[in-house]
Amino acid sequence: MLDKALMNDRLIFDKKTQSFLAILTAVALLVSLLNTFVPEGHILHCSTFTVTLLGKYLCYALLAVSVDLVWGYLGILSLGHGAFFALGGYAMGMYLMRQIGDRGVYGDPLLPDFMVFLNWKELPWFWHGFDMFWFASLMVILVPGLLAFVFGWMAFRSRVTGVYLSIITQALTYALQQAFFRNEMGFGGNNGLTDFKEIMGFDLQSDATRLGLFLCTALALGLGYMACRYIVCSKLGRVAVAVRDAESRTRFIGYRVDKVKLWIFTFSAILAGIAGALYVPQVGIINPGEFNPINSIEIVIWVAVGGRATLYGAVVGAILINYAKSTFTGWLPDAWLFALGGIFVFVTLYLPKGVTGFLNRKQEQLA
Amino acid sequence: MPLLPALRSAILLFIFSIFFIGQASAAPVADETEFKQLLNGFTQKSFAAKANTAQQVATSGHPKAKQVLEAMAESRLYFRKSDQLVVFADKDGRSYVLTDIFSNETLGTFSRREVSKVKTNNSLRAKLGKMVAEIELKHPDASVRLAAVEAMIPKLKEDDADLFGSLIKEEQDESVKKALQFGIYIGYLDSSKKERVLNAIEALDGELEPIVRNKLTSLANNSDDKDIKKAAKKSLKGIESKISIFSNLETIYFGISLGSILILAAIGLAITFGVMGVINMAHGELIMLGAYTTYLIQQAMPNHTTASIFLAIPAAFCVSGMVGIAIERGVIRFLYGRPLETLLATFGISLILQQLVRTVISPQNRTVETPAFMSGSIDINPIFALTYNRLYIISFCILVFIALFFILKRTRLGLQVRAVSQNRSMAKAMGVRSDWVDAMTFGLGSGVAGIAGVALSQITNVGPNMGQSYIIDSFMVVVFGGVGNLWGTLVAGLSLGVANKVLEPMAGAVLAKIMVLVFIILFIQKRPRGLFPQKGRAAEA
Amino acid sequence: MSAMNFIEQIRQRDRVFDFIQPQASSRLDVSHGNILYLEDISVSFDGFKAINNLNLYIKEGELRCIIGPNGAGKTTMMDIITGKTRPDTGSAWFGSRINLLELDEPEIAEAGIGRKFQKPTVFENHLVVDNLELAMAGNKSVITSLFARLSAAQKERIDEVLETIGLKDNKYRLAGSLSHGQKQWLEIGMLLMQNPKLLLVDEPVAGMTHQEMDRTAELLKSLAGQHSVVVVEHDMDFVRSIANHVTVLHQGSVLAEGTMDQVQSNPKVVEVYLGE
Ligand SMILES: Nc1ncnc2c1ncn2[C@@H]1O[C@H](COP(=O)(O)OP(=O)(O)O)[C@@H](O)[C@H]1O
Ligand SMILES: [Mg+2]
Repeated sequence: MLDKALMNDRLIFDKKTQSFLAILTAVALLVSLLNTFVPEGHILHCSTFTVTLLGKYLCYALLAVSVDLVWGYLGILSLGHGAFFALGGYAMGMYLMRQIGDRGVYGDPLLPDFMVFLNWKELPWFWHGFDMFWFASLMVILVPGLLAFVFGWMAFRSRVTGVYLSIITQALTYALQQAFFRNEMGFGGNNGLTDFKEIMGFDLQSDATRLGLFLCTALALGLGYMACRYIVCSKLGRVAVAVRDAESRTRFIGYRVDKVKLWIFTFSAILAGIAGALYVPQVGIINPGEFNPINSIEIVIWVAVGGRATLYGAVVGAILINYAKSTFTGWLPDAWLFALGGIFVFVTLYLPKGVTGFLNRKQEQLA
Repeated sequence: MPLLPALRSAILLFIFSIFFIGQASAAPVADETEFKQLLNGFTQKSFAAKANTAQQVATSGHPKAKQVLEAMAESRLYFRKSDQLVVFADKDGRSYVLTDIFSNETLGTFSRREVSKVKTNNSLRAKLGKMVAEIELKHPDASVRLAAVEAMIPKLKEDDADLFGSLIKEEQDESVKKALQFGIYIGYLDSSKKERVLNAIEALDGELEPIVRNKLTSLANNSDDKDIKKAAKKSLKGIESKISIFSNLETIYFGISLGSILILAAIGLAITFGVMGVINMAHGELIMLGAYTTYLIQQAMPNHTTASIFLAIPAAFCVSGMVGIAIERGVIRFLYGRPLETLLATFGISLILQQLVRTVISPQNRTVETPAFMSGSIDINPIFALTYNRLYIISFCILVFIALFFILKRTRLGLQVRAVSQNRSMAKAMGVRSDWVDAMTFGLGSGVAGIAGVALSQITNVGPNMGQSYIIDSFMVVVFGGVGNLWGTLVAGLSLGVANKVLEPMAGAVLAKIMVLVFIILFIQKRPRGLFPQKGRAAEA
Repeated sequence: MSAMNFIEQIRQRDRVFDFIQPQASSRLDVSHGNILYLEDISVSFDGFKAINNLNLYIKEGELRCIIGPNGAGKTTMMDIITGKTRPDTGSAWFGSRINLLELDEPEIAEAGIGRKFQKPTVFENHLVVDNLELAMAGNKSVITSLFARLSAAQKERIDEVLETIGLKDNKYRLAGSLSHGQKQWLEIGMLLMQNPKLLLVDEPVAGMTHQEMDRTAELLKSLAGQHSVVVVEHDMDFVRSIANHVTVLHQGSVLAEGTMDQVQSNPKVVEVYLGE
């Protein structure tokens, strides 16, 4: 009996996962229906604006899941995941930029506007290939993955842990932010990449494309979630938790802790990159602001609010906070930072398991 | 007729000055009537006569002499046709406003017909320039003489050098003598006599004044003489290596001052993070509060900039210290042993503090005035100067460091802090009120952040975001230096500051910063516990 | 009951549990009879010599007890063997081919050295069974872990160990909720799962009842022969009950070596233990 109950927890498709997938599917379907078939003006109509907003939330949710994987299960508090998100976003942004072709303000068939503006004559080498979608997609995975791999390889091998690791991840994203601000880097400097026209030939402004992007994001979230779920349910997941709780003990029974960390960290960075790549076509811009260390630390708080080491908690937290942010900033812009700051303090002090943990406990108490 | 007495007096003067070589410049002041008569010489037509008069005026030693000659060179010297009175005149539309030379009183407006200009030609004007200079060169006040010499040096010709040569014999003041000698050699560089040029090159070896370098460069490039060319090149090389030494020194000086800023910003963190193991992400905001305290105090007493700065130091310490204690008592103490949670909670606090300042004061940046004593510089040589503001920051940093070191090593609080940081439960058992110690330590670290804010308000704008720009740097310093070690913070701050400034000219400010960050990231990989790691089992927690 | 059962099983000396069959470690060479060579090892921490010119040899299949006052350097010695601490000087060889000083912790574990810590450290957020599964010998690479499934044989092995350490009924409890003594047992269980060639056991019976101590003694004795076992313990009765060969460590070096009786009658040892 007990056996069964506990083993159930290890099932990849446990109850929580089932509910998550069901809700995600339902939302995706409902939004599609309400957006396409309910006429505009009807109260049930889901505007394309809302669709894109939801798409954005789902990108954040995927990003939060990636952070939860490393923080919740592996104990690495990454304050630099925003960097991987932004790099994925830039890779996609470069593709979208090349798609503009000669429709830019300066009408240069090859060079994006900002390069013409800077008087550049040639496309920098690292911009080659980004006119092809498959190449850009590959880069969406490769660039954040490679950075995470190299960074992690060095950091984990030399056993940088705890707050030290957090601080150097923060320094990493900060350094990248500084670098991307520079015009000479060739990523549009301060303004970043924007004014996109189309993606794979679909007009980015059209309702159908927007809905398509939303559905892709939902799909990516579902798949990413399940991949994480697979990992945490595998023996590797248990090794990860062991590393989180007693790192050196794990080493003494023969696990290469650095490798465990490295692969999970890299995988998580790739997920973050994918989230970034889906985010950019929906919001229509990517700029160095995305590297801001504050963004990265905010992701962590989404996870904390939702509840660490649950995956679904990360999704809940990301959506909750971002929904609050959208409403708050429209309504009382000044109050938002107070509220956000308050949430940081409140959650760490009083809700160590986050909202979902709190609700679960309430439920257990009732049952 | 009026010429004679003037001439007589001039001759007298000349003799006089020969007798009084010692006080060459203290020539007797011609009395006013005589001088007036002398000025009448300017009403003559002949340029030669006017030159003569000017010469006499120049050597008269009269206090107005210089002004008169200058006015003449600027075509401001006129005489009234009615009474031949020589006056200063300023054109006002079609008429002239005349000013009495002696009383400085306005004599009224006169039409063009009523006055006549003391006309000059080119050669006369050139002579006038020299005469004016000479007046100053012989001025009784040594500092005026020095200024005059220095003013002449940039446009110096060989014959000026000869003039200097005669002056130097009479000169008593050492610094004027030096300047004269320098001028002589500068003049010689243009000489057509090879001997002189070579001598000058040799004598000027190692001089850093830009003019020496310019002249030597042109000699090295354009001289027809092989020897001169060679000598100039050699000397130039020496000068350039000296210049590069000093510019390196300057870089280091800038680096040290940047390092001091980093240390000031980081040292509070070194206490809270290093000694207590608490990650305080609101540290930057405590710095910001210190800076705003300075700003507010200055607003309250706008006419006492200097006093307000000195008042701000203790005030900022108290404000930030109090806020720090409040943070510790209200939040951090519930999170000891959970560093990552502490990090998040204090980050939340930093957001709140920022927004608080934005709402209560203003989202705009503010400037804090710098007191007068902090501007200016000590000039070591023509290309290297120590600016006072940097010097003060460096000394301030040293003071703060010493004070903290003293507190931690020599006071009871320091002892208790170290006891608690090494073994909390043991310290508790020994009767140390660890709660109190925590609060005090945190207050101390926060107060120091406030003091750093005062210093920062002197070099950058004060704004709600200023804390954030320092928090990462501060962490880098602490982590680089090794946690729990004030010396580490000192060394790390200085080396990062210097590294930044050394890289800056090569790579630009932003890239330099990135390079330093990347370096630290790599460094941490190699030595995860910083330059001066804590040893022992305590470090393994 | 089950304890009695267990002791019965243990008594059958001729029976070899398959889980204690040492893993064939290809590189381990014990042809010279010794499995562990520590020679001229010194370590100092901030000038304090925790280990001072230590020489220690452990024979293959031997059960060695190490005693010594607190701070003698026993735990530090284990730290050196398992790669946690690097000695300043000296050499440490596992068999005659494996240089321990060249390996890091997981490599040493892989080579066949297992360790039970003085302070029991189990994975508190894992179930007891998970703790054992994690410790189980086998390929521990990332990819294998990602796709690992417990085979029937492995499950059986886990159950066997659970039985041995008396935690059968606690199989699905969180390790964090176990008592101190149970955690000790769980650690021993993890060591058994690891199935190392050399076991380093640091103060195994702290927090155990007398019965449990007896069980531990039996277990350790049964392990010797197939495995080499180094036990650090303060409890003299316990040491007497298991060891025929005892090493006394004092101030970081070997003070005396021999049988329990020899050691106890050694005047130097008496002096160290009873004070001047
Ligand atoms: N990492 C370390 N840093 C500083 N001192 C240490 C460290 N490890 C051990 N020591 C010191 O070495 C001595 C031996 O410790 P240990 O090996 O634990 O003794 P025991 O024989 O009681 O197990 C002790 O004085 C201890 O304080
Ligand atoms: Mg010990």
